[in-house]
Amino acid sequence: MTAVDLPGARAGRTAAVTSAVWSALGTVRDPELDEPLTDLGFVSRAEVSRAGRAVVRLRLPTYFCAPNFAFLMVADAYDAVSAVPGVREADVALDDHFAADAINRGVAARAGFVASFEGEAVDELDSLRADFVRKAVLAGTDRVCRAVLAAGTDRERLTELTLGDAPESPDRERLRDRRRELGLPCADDDPLLVDPVSGSAVEPANLTRHLGFARLTRTSQEANSGVCRGMLHARYPHSEDREDTR
Amino acid sequence: MYTKDGEKYFVVDAHTHFWDASPDNWVPGQEEYAKGWIECFHAYQGLGPAETHWPLDRFQKYSEELMMHDLFDEGHVDIAIFQPTNLRQWYTNGFNTTEANAELSERHPGKFVVNTYFDPREGDAGMRAFEERVKRYGCKGVKLYTAEWMGDSRGWSLKDPEAARYLEKCQELGVRNIHVHKGPTIWPLDKDAFDVSDIDHVATNFQELNFIVEHVGLPRIEDFCFMATQERNVYAGLAVVVGGLMHARPKFFAKVMGELMFWLGEDKLIFGADYAIWEPKWQVEGFVDWNMPKDEELSDFAPLTTAQKKKILGLNAARLYDIDVPADLRLAEPPVVEPVGVPGP
Repeated sequence: MTAVDLPGARAGRTAAVTSAVWSALGTVRDPELDEPLTDLGFVSRAEVSRAGRAVVRLRLPTYFCAPNFAFLMVADAYDAVSAVPGVREADVALDDHFAADAINRGVAARAGFVASFEGEAVDELDSLRADFVRKAVLAGTDRVCRAVLAAGTDRERLTELTLGDAPESPDRERLRDRRRELGLPCADDDPLLVDPVSGSAVEPANLTRHLGFARLTRTSQEANSGVCRGMLHARYPHSEDREDTR
Repeated sequence: MYTKDGEKYFVVDAHTHFWDASPDNWVPGQEEYAKGWIECFHAYQGLGPAETHWPLDRFQKYSEELMMHDLFDEGHVDIAIFQPTNLRQWYTNGFNTTEANAELSERHPGKFVVNTYFDPREGDAGMRAFEERVKRYGCKGVKLYTAEWMGDSRGWSLKDPEAARYLEKCQELGVRNIHVHKGPTIWPLDKDAFDVSDIDHVATNFQELNFIVEHVGLPRIEDFCFMATQERNVYAGLAVVVGGLMHARPKFFAKVMGELMFWLGEDKLIFGADYAIWEPKWQVEGFVDWNMPKDEELSDFAPLTTAQKKKILGLNAARLYDIDVPADLRLAEPPVVEPVGVPGP
């Protein structure tokens, strides 16, 4: 490397780090919608300076979006961005939200939720997050089972199948990841259908109810996602808006 | 009334507002919240058809004439039910109060049902004022917004013992219809503010009351539906479902309607346009025209019949509120089939 091409090389490195920051943000999910912040349009800005200072700005569909989920997203984004090689300092903040000051201060100070909302919260958000991962397991179960049924399997046989029997797909791996996060059985030879709390196999007698609830949970999650995307678009007209019916 | 293809629909819009969110009404020091609230509502309007969007200044404060026109001249509404939202912490004269609603209602006899509210944090004085409002305005329903801010409080729960006192009072006064609206901020903030388990709790304990969960518990439709299957006195308010999904997210609208019919059924769904977020005209017309698309993913769900749509658009709410429906707009009574060979009593 010569002195002459150094600025170009540095610019290239900065671009690579910026791209890595976007990828890192792509691993951060809205805990309620179970979708990456980048897909939802919640990242309005992500830049890295030559000195390695990452500036990330997040935005949400409404001024009054629930502060607990907002906090999780900002904190998770901060952790993901800070861990990117080449980032020396992370400035991650939420804009246009009633609790933005408390959230941004708390995340920058790595203070945790209870300290950030002193007097207004008694617990950290782990159990809230886990509740929503359980919903993601149910929603994912509907997606994966539909693929199994479409491949010609009888509905009644679903309780006999294993996770590995389901056709290989991103949906199946996503379901496996969510089950793993909760400590639920997630190997190929574990049952396809498990109770999202206990992890035990779903009994044939409970099949209809389990599938009905899985479908309902997916509908709810996707309808929420639809409302959120529409609201974000109404609030920030330059953001993308489409009906995603994955 | 709305007529389409020879069918007549009696329309009860069970969720309407007459609000003032203009800057003149913002409480000094609370402007950002007052502004944030109405801009959030305005963004919801963005989910309706573009030709029905309003400029923000009209949306902040609209006239009585405009409301009467949009509901009754254009919107096919026979009777509209006011659902108040006080928000006095942010709006000097309140956002959409029982008093402002009642004043408008008195000028247009027979057009509105006036609901009021209670807030268990208002204690004994609140209880007396509640009883006065119920008697003065003849209220048969309340609208509860559990996430309303009051001082340092970020909301309340129907499980609070104070709330039970108010619900007992509702039973005593004949206030049978309890509309519940969940919002995003409730103490403690680490819990899910949209959790509907407090409604489950009181629906079990107060069997004489009807609990209408506004916007079908969105964003917790799944918890709401599951709860509603266990409580016979729980209903779904369709505000936001029709306004927010039917146009903007037609596929999810179909799925949500399918789920609501599946878990709750045709007798438990209550139409509400949520004016002035959305005008009723396009919602009523669109809902009558809508049906379940033929789609593999929706194959679990049956198409809606005309009779089911009539119930949802008005007859269900009319039943809850004892609204007299003209004879030609009712459903035909099912024929009484005399059992054969069984002696009468």
